[in-house]
Amino acid sequence: MSTTTWAWLVLAFPLAGTLINGLGYRRLGRAGAGVIGTASIGLAFVCAVGALISLQGHDAEHRALTSSLWDYAVTNGDVDAQLSILVDPLSVYMALVVTGISTLIHLYSVSYMQSDRGYARYFAYLNFFVFSMLVLVLGGNFLLLIVGWAFVGAASYLLISFWYRRGTATQAGIKAFVINVVGDVGLVLGTFFVLRYSGTLDFLGTFRAVEGGAFDGHHGALVAGCLLILVGAFAKSAQIPLHTWLPDAMEGPTPVSSLIHAATMVTAGVYLVARLHPLFEQAPAAADTAAVIGCVTLLIAGTIALTQTDIKRVIAYSTMSQIGYMIMAVGAGGYVAGLFHLMTHAFFKALLFMAAGSIIGAMAGAQSLERMSGFRKAMPFTFGCFVVGGLALSGVPPFSGFFSKDEILAFVGNRGGGFVVLYVIGYVGAFLTAVYTWRMIFRAFWGEPCAEARELEHGHLAHAEVPTNPANGEVEDSDVGFPGPEHTIAERALPMKVAMTLLAIGATVAGLVQIPTVDHVITNFLEPTFADSKYIHDEPGNGLVFFGMALGTVLALLGIALAHRIWVARPGSAAAWRTRFAPAYHLFVNKWWFDELIDLVVVRPFAAFGNFSRRTFERAVVEGAFVDGTTSVVRAGSSAVRAIQTGFLRYYAALLLVGGAAVVLYFLIASS
Amino acid sequence: MSIAWYLVVSALIFCIGAGGVLVRRNPLVILLCLELMLNAANLALIAFARMHGNADGQIFALIVMVVAACEVTVGLGLIVAIFRRRLPIDVDELRELQG
Repeated sequence: MSTTTWAWLVLAFPLAGTLINGLGYRRLGRAGAGVIGTASIGLAFVCAVGALISLQGHDAEHRALTSSLWDYAVTNGDVDAQLSILVDPLSVYMALVVTGISTLIHLYSVSYMQSDRGYARYFAYLNFFVFSMLVLVLGGNFLLLIVGWAFVGAASYLLISFWYRRGTATQAGIKAFVINVVGDVGLVLGTFFVLRYSGTLDFLGTFRAVEGGAFDGHHGALVAGCLLILVGAFAKSAQIPLHTWLPDAMEGPTPVSSLIHAATMVTAGVYLVARLHPLFEQAPAAADTAAVIGCVTLLIAGTIALTQTDIKRVIAYSTMSQIGYMIMAVGAGGYVAGLFHLMTHAFFKALLFMAAGSIIGAMAGAQSLERMSGFRKAMPFTFGCFVVGGLALSGVPPFSGFFSKDEILAFVGNRGGGFVVLYVIGYVGAFLTAVYTWRMIFRAFWGEPCAEARELEHGHLAHAEVPTNPANGEVEDSDVGFPGPEHTIAERALPMKVAMTLLAIGATVAGLVQIPTVDHVITNFLEPTFADSKYIHDEPGNGLVFFGMALGTVLALLGIALAHRIWVARPGSAAAWRTRFAPAYHLFVNKWWFDELIDLVVVRPFAAFGNFSRRTFERAVVEGAFVDGTTSVVRAGSSAVRAIQTGFLRYYAALLLVGGAAVVLYFLIASS
Repeated sequence: MSIAWYLVVSALIFCIGAGGVLVRRNPLVILLCLELMLNAANLALIAFARMHGNADGQIFALIVMVVAACEVTVGLGLIVAIFRRRLPIDVDELRELQG
């Protein structure tokens, strides 16, 4: 089979899974939905591997293949809207990460969502999400990119509000959707800027046009287009200031958080910048903006993660912070480094979310770190996975996060100039990462076992008599609520165990494919896509790399040691730290007041404007002039016509006769 | 005999019927006058059929009779219903259905 056929199959299987689960949920039953959902993504992964093998069979210069199924509108030189895919190392790489991680998350969900009422609906949504994400990464032009982009936003809305009887979940879904639509608008407008001068929607055509000088003399348009595209990337990838939806998105089921909000969807922005690197390299102002915003995000998210008490929110802020590293890398031109971190991050972050889901299962739905402690003995497997994920996240050698994070930082440091500031902040962020990750681990697994942990040691899984919303403690109706009446932990569910084991192996060894001075698997594989980049040969020197690796290791270990000192060695010292740094603590625990800021700057003015227009324009013009005006015209007209209807039968008969006679007379006169 | 005679008779009967419909107030008589108008039309149809020498007009006349029978059935039914409810049997009084 040709490479593009494999790629089309990658798209076809998740779509088929969505349709079968979505339409046939009555006949499938519970087991069927899970099997079909998982198998369709698994087959997509197999096809992605097929595409990879087939792609490697081509020459390095000919590894960008396009295939078009359908022309929507093609006019010469104006627009070329096609249903086309682009298969090159970058899209295959993304497809492999998306399908590979998604398969494991589907497998995990089979157990985790076992007793949920919306089981088939869940898998239909999940398959739809994977399909959308694959459209996004495989799409060969801006049109399909935008379609995939919007589909992903819709799928994330459906999945965040999956427990639709929970008020906080529906609100979080709406928030995510609205912020993502802001990004969609940015992306569409940016595409118009690019299309205006390139005259084509096709990616390869656009890149050729850019290299051919389509934007000579229109540099402002290119920068504006790239900045607008960045708005889209920031909204999807939860970068400041469009990040506030991501922590709230933790209202969704935990595997959803794992899939969407850690492994795949939020990396779309990274993919976008990497995909459009020829544009961004011509518009360095936009690329630098991306790097700076990424850096700011990684620092701010890291500080917020230090103080959050909801276990999933800590991981969510950690995700934001890690995506910040990736955006910083691709903004600075280190595409391979950013994408490498994307892959390793997908492994360990999905693993951390899964382990968190297992703990939440053991806590019967409670998510607060305040209530968790001492799960080390009760849940040895989850503990092991969490530690592996934590070591990878904080960048301890030889776990995967160590290599990818240091590659990013070495690349950024090597750019020199203002990038040195980003380099330093990146290491501050790495230190914070180690502290907040291990704060979470020490609080959940060390210390005196809490009631649930003690019960579990005796073999009893805690069971919530009255299911409550972990966000606000409201009692939920169990009809559509927290994953069904029965909770699941990894120790007792084989599919969860398998998924987490595979991810733990990935989180441990995935970094070994790209060890500085030893091997460069990812670089070699992605090189054809980025061959035209001016940064592709910017290899940081060995001195910088090894200094960075040593510094990263020391900072990670220091962070772990600090966390150990605060939360294990001297329990209670956290309160002393809180009072000593009270202003900083308030800043972090209130998430730098970003929600309030957006509320003040955007939501309130718009609400005030809306209320004002409702009072003046809506009431007076729309309701008064248009609606009431129309009805009064109709009423006046009908009352005039109504007078003819007298009710006198003979009057009607006379009219009929006169009319008939008039018609006959007319024809008689006309014919003679 | 010229066809004109038949048509004159037909027109006369039609006018008598139409006049009756217009001036009388008893629904029963109005129905009778309607029958007159229909039969005037029938007469004209048959006269033309004979003039052309084919049967189309005759068939039409038969259909008109069927329609007339139906109409009378409905009309008489309505009159009986009016009578049963002790409403005035006068079309000028029965004028509730107005704008």
